[in-house]
Amino acid sequence: MANIWVYSEVNEGRPRSIALELLSKARDLGTVDAVALGPGAREAAAELGAHGASRVLVNEDPAFAEYLAEPATDCLAALAGKGAPDLILFGFTSDSREVAGRLAARLGVGLISNAMDVVAADGSFRVTVPYFGGAKVATYRSNTSPAIVLVRPKSFEASEIGGQAEVVEIDAAIGEGSRRARIVERREEAAEQVKLEDARVVVSGGRGLGGPENFHLVEELAAALGGAAGASRAIVDAGWVPYAMQVGQTGKTVRPGVYIAAGISGAMQHTVGMKSAKVIVAINKDAEAPILKMADLGVVGDALKILPRLTDAVKARKGQ
Amino acid sequence: MKIVVTVKQVPDPNGAQALEPDNTIARDREVVLDPGDEYGIEEGLQLKEKHGGEVVLVSMGPEKARDAIRKGLSMGADRGILITDEQLAGADALLTARALAAAIKAEKPELVICATESYDGSTGMVPPMLAELLGVPQLTFAKQVEVDGQQVTVHRQTEEGYQVVEGSAPCLVTVTAGIAEPRYASLKGIMAARSKEVKVLKLGDLGIDRGQPAETVESIADADAREAGEIVEDDGSVGVDRIMAVLQSAKVL
Repeated sequence: MANIWVYSEVNEGRPRSIALELLSKARDLGTVDAVALGPGAREAAAELGAHGASRVLVNEDPAFAEYLAEPATDCLAALAGKGAPDLILFGFTSDSREVAGRLAARLGVGLISNAMDVVAADGSFRVTVPYFGGAKVATYRSNTSPAIVLVRPKSFEASEIGGQAEVVEIDAAIGEGSRRARIVERREEAAEQVKLEDARVVVSGGRGLGGPENFHLVEELAAALGGAAGASRAIVDAGWVPYAMQVGQTGKTVRPGVYIAAGISGAMQHTVGMKSAKVIVAINKDAEAPILKMADLGVVGDALKILPRLTDAVKARKGQ
Repeated sequence: MKIVVTVKQVPDPNGAQALEPDNTIARDREVVLDPGDEYGIEEGLQLKEKHGGEVVLVSMGPEKARDAIRKGLSMGADRGILITDEQLAGADALLTARALAAAIKAEKPELVICATESYDGSTGMVPPMLAELLGVPQLTFAKQVEVDGQQVTVHRQTEEGYQVVEGSAPCLVTVTAGIAEPRYASLKGIMAARSKEVKVLKLGDLGIDRGQPAETVESIADADAREAGEIVEDDGSVGVDRIMAVLQSAKVL
């Protein structure tokens, strides 16, 4: 049986949802331990156990939450020296990927990033990764032990199996010089609306909207539908909307019931983040736009004219 | 302050891309300096203007990647280092980080600036690996960088907003597109870049060997593609009517 670790970020006593997704997958691949570090790690253990962790390795040293990457890297490296895991799974999030990168460099082992799936393959692992912007799928085989794999959120469905994990206190093992990149302040910017990843309907806008002054049309339709607004990388890079709204390979992956793409051409960078939506509607002036070739309904027309009329129609139907 | 900015040459994100029959990315296409790196170069130049020092560009790639370095030099960077070796073709993130680390260590910079991730690979693995191999802290996803003596403070972009993160030099900073508007190279800058030094390093110069690949590519196949559905031409009402029907049947109204 393979020995697998799932690294779980902890937020206010709860594991990040990606950790639960990873456990739901990992429990079919071998014996799974979750590693939870920082304040709230013990409290998170029950949920990790319910999703398939047989043990939860915890340490609540506040340094794990206060300093970027290095304390967690130290702890995992010390642990890997003793525990000899075959596979360490991380979620592809901004915090986890930094820990995974440092850990791979320190241990001198391979790291496969941006993975969609992991399967066992006679003593090692096969990992599938989107390639060429998602038009292709590359299958890698890991040659190192442990293999470190970063998995895209929403690649697996989280499901409980009702287990109970043994909680094991581990050594923090934080090195003398590892308290260096210190978080001195956290500021929240956007008011919390419907979360993009959890929304049943996502309406996203791209360059075809013409300018940032028209993005409100996307937000109004999203609000009328009780959904969330998203964006293509092009307009995030151009500074129209914050990064948190970006859908795509370097942004969020969404799987809503309906995805409406307005003025987005459908570069692969974007489509890899939304192609698993149940229903895709695309509005684009250009009849040749690639997004129309993957949409369930493609409307060739001007998003600036269609969006406000659609918002009105939705409001009228809902009696708003 | 001595600043190293890592740069990469990538297929033009705005150009058509194609695959060779063996599924490697066609190399005869237009290649450019990674647009994400322009932000790092700009930030490096602004810090130099404020605090003095030198901006050195370090890249790994084929001989042609010299053009990407040249572009950064014409923006105003002082000199470049190109790591190029046939043995490095197809290098994975760890080998790339090892090669960059070896070249950068010799420069003893106080600040290393990287893009958050490259446009073509988009895995963002090289910066944390590089920080580890250099033995320095990483201040990441910066949309603002301030330097005060040895202290470096960044505003780190997060899902919810941002964090203020402090560290001290030497350190590695990754920057986002929000950090600065990259300048255009002036004619004077382009002329000056021609005489700026670009040092070429081989694997042997760096004292590292290629090692065994940490993973093997077993296959590359077409992803499951969605089939095109209905396409309608909007005439002022049909677009909205059809979308409403789709929303209705998806039960989101």
